[in-house]
Amino acid sequence: MPISRRNFLRNSKNVLIGTLAFSNGAIALIAPSRAWSMPLNSLTSAEGETLLKVTRHIFPHDTLEDAVYALVVRDLDVASPLLPDGVRELNQLAGGNWAGLDETEQFRHVEAMAKTPFFEKIRSTAVVSLYNNELAFAHFGYEGAIGDGGYVNAGFDDLDWLPDPKPEDSGINPR
Amino acid sequence: MSLTENQKTFSHDDDSVVVVIGSGAGGGTLANGLAQQGINTVVLEAGLLHTTADFLADEWASFGQLAWLDPRTTSGSFRLAKDFAGLPAWIVKAVGGTTIHWAGASLRIRPYEFNALTTYGNVEGANLLDWPIDYDELAPYYTNAENRMGVTRTNDIGGLPGNNNFKVMHAGAQKLGYSCNTGHMAINSQPRDGRLGCQQRGFCFQGCRFGAKWSTLYTELPDGIATGHLELRPESHVARIEHDSKGRVTAVVYFDKHGKEQRQKARVVAVAGNSIETPRLLLNSATSMFPDGLANSSGQVGRNYMRHMTGSVYATFEQPVHMYRGTTMAGIIQDEAQHNPARGFVGGYEIETLSLGLPFMAAFLNPGAWGRDFTHAMDQYDHMAGMWLVGEDMPRETNRITLNTDVRDAFGMPVANVHYDDHENDIAMREHAFERGEAIYKAVGALETIRTPPYPSTHNLGSCRMSAKAQDGVCNGFGQTHDIPNLFISDGSQFTTSAAENPTLTIVALALRQAEKMGQMLKQGVV
Repeated sequence: MPISRRNFLRNSKNVLIGTLAFSNGAIALIAPSRAWSMPLNSLTSAEGETLLKVTRHIFPHDTLEDAVYALVVRDLDVASPLLPDGVRELNQLAGGNWAGLDETEQFRHVEAMAKTPFFEKIRSTAVVSLYNNELAFAHFGYEGAIGDGGYVNAGFDDLDWLPDPKPEDSGINPR
Repeated sequence: MSLTENQKTFSHDDDSVVVVIGSGAGGGTLANGLAQQGINTVVLEAGLLHTTADFLADEWASFGQLAWLDPRTTSGSFRLAKDFAGLPAWIVKAVGGTTIHWAGASLRIRPYEFNALTTYGNVEGANLLDWPIDYDELAPYYTNAENRMGVTRTNDIGGLPGNNNFKVMHAGAQKLGYSCNTGHMAINSQPRDGRLGCQQRGFCFQGCRFGAKWSTLYTELPDGIATGHLELRPESHVARIEHDSKGRVTAVVYFDKHGKEQRQKARVVAVAGNSIETPRLLLNSATSMFPDGLANSSGQVGRNYMRHMTGSVYATFEQPVHMYRGTTMAGIIQDEAQHNPARGFVGGYEIETLSLGLPFMAAFLNPGAWGRDFTHAMDQYDHMAGMWLVGEDMPRETNRITLNTDVRDAFGMPVANVHYDDHENDIAMREHAFERGEAIYKAVGALETIRTPPYPSTHNLGSCRMSAKAQDGVCNGFGQTHDIPNLFISDGSQFTTSAAENPTLTIVALALRQAEKMGQMLKQGVV
């Protein structure tokens, strides 16, 4: 049986790779190295890269590292024809190579697919995956499980740009 | 040692026990109240038994651990039916019920709210009714509830210190002439009753790992078990209630943790499964004698389901806020919790701080949204303050829990369908509340304000309401069903109207009063 190029690619070692773009960002401070890679099980590298780009168009955070968007691709990396088919359709709509278009044109094609199961699968996965990881917490300024011990001595009331409330409104004076 | 390890147990054939279904604010409190009187009580709880050490500082993981995720369906014009079609309510399936998840706000219903029909008059499209009990009747039980729950600013208990989110709301309130403080919270401001003081952890919705927030899991239930008159059976999913030829309930059929059907005989049955499961259970218990379900001769079981008028306002600021640090519900403005029809609606609403972690902010800020507007708001997460608006919603006969026979749970029972249409009064109140919330934040320099639609409901009310006349509701002022003298409703389903206030304190007060009355009735042999 001849091995199609597509199946060959799907069965070889596929991976998403990248480099942190913001060397002074909150993520760079906690990342072990600037280069990152993420193996893919079902998606091809090209499909993974396209899905990462599509996710960036759906939830655009200009200074958020690709390494965080890659976590969305990881959660989309399951054996299902929905995503490869969607990527193929996107490329067809774009005249062959969606990723080769400029940003505005890329967005136009993503927007046109907004009601499709392909788009909704990416959006509904990303709205969880993109914001539910420690890299995102560092980027957006949320402390997550760091707060498990309580902020009573760690800044729960450290806001200093507004007047302090009166003790009878805030504090342990019995009322 | 596990809570249930050395507890007294009762035989399945023991028909002298009271069976309480559910272990939350209503069921847990009632069961302890009975056990303290020496009345043998079996609590059947569908969920798992956790300890506070199990609780997670991780929103999605905790949701998977605690939330009631058995299938439900929705219909109606409320936005949740579109955004979260399978998740109309955010309530807990675990020992302790939703007292694990609640934020702790402990407010008394106001005197006029017990007389909603008399005070507001007839409102078209609403099924308003006065409660069969009034404020003065419940007042001593409120006092008792506040003491046992350790509610701040009652019983000489100090208030909680306000967090960053509170400071923003408080400063805005000052500008607008509202009064604002850290409220009446069932969260220890200092160690009390064997429980720690609040450590300002900020994961109130995920279960209080320090036990500073009151929950039946580590108060009422262990107290009841210690008497030797309470047996707690976790992972016991009740399927139906049985009755005899005289129309009295006799037993409760449930599935144990192995999925095996069990039957516990009972002298009295009290249902406290929250306002969706409670009517579902009565409807699923239909027989040839009660073809429309138990206690449903009025046709009111499942009707008048209320979920409070709710909404959130989030605002962004030049300077950081870090609203997620500290108590989730850290402060309250009560000035709008009054009946003032000049505002264009009847009833009132409370303004309370609220915060979500980054994961749930993404999920709930504007469900279904994507693109630059959404990400622009998320980009300002650590500069955001937030509030929850919670007010009285109108009871409507058509807002109701029904059985969806097309969808079955793991035990083959029809699931609940939740139908809800916002009443015009709810919509007018929400608009007013959004405007006031935005004004509070704009008064202290908000860059942008965001209106967030209602979350899956934590305040589920009505659906088996109290009424003076049998034809108007399901149970009387003690929660005893009009039709079946030894069947009681013991949770928020009893509420005749929703009032504006967070309901837990009232559920507890009603349970304390019901326990006392049930004890007398058992002694007198009338049930």
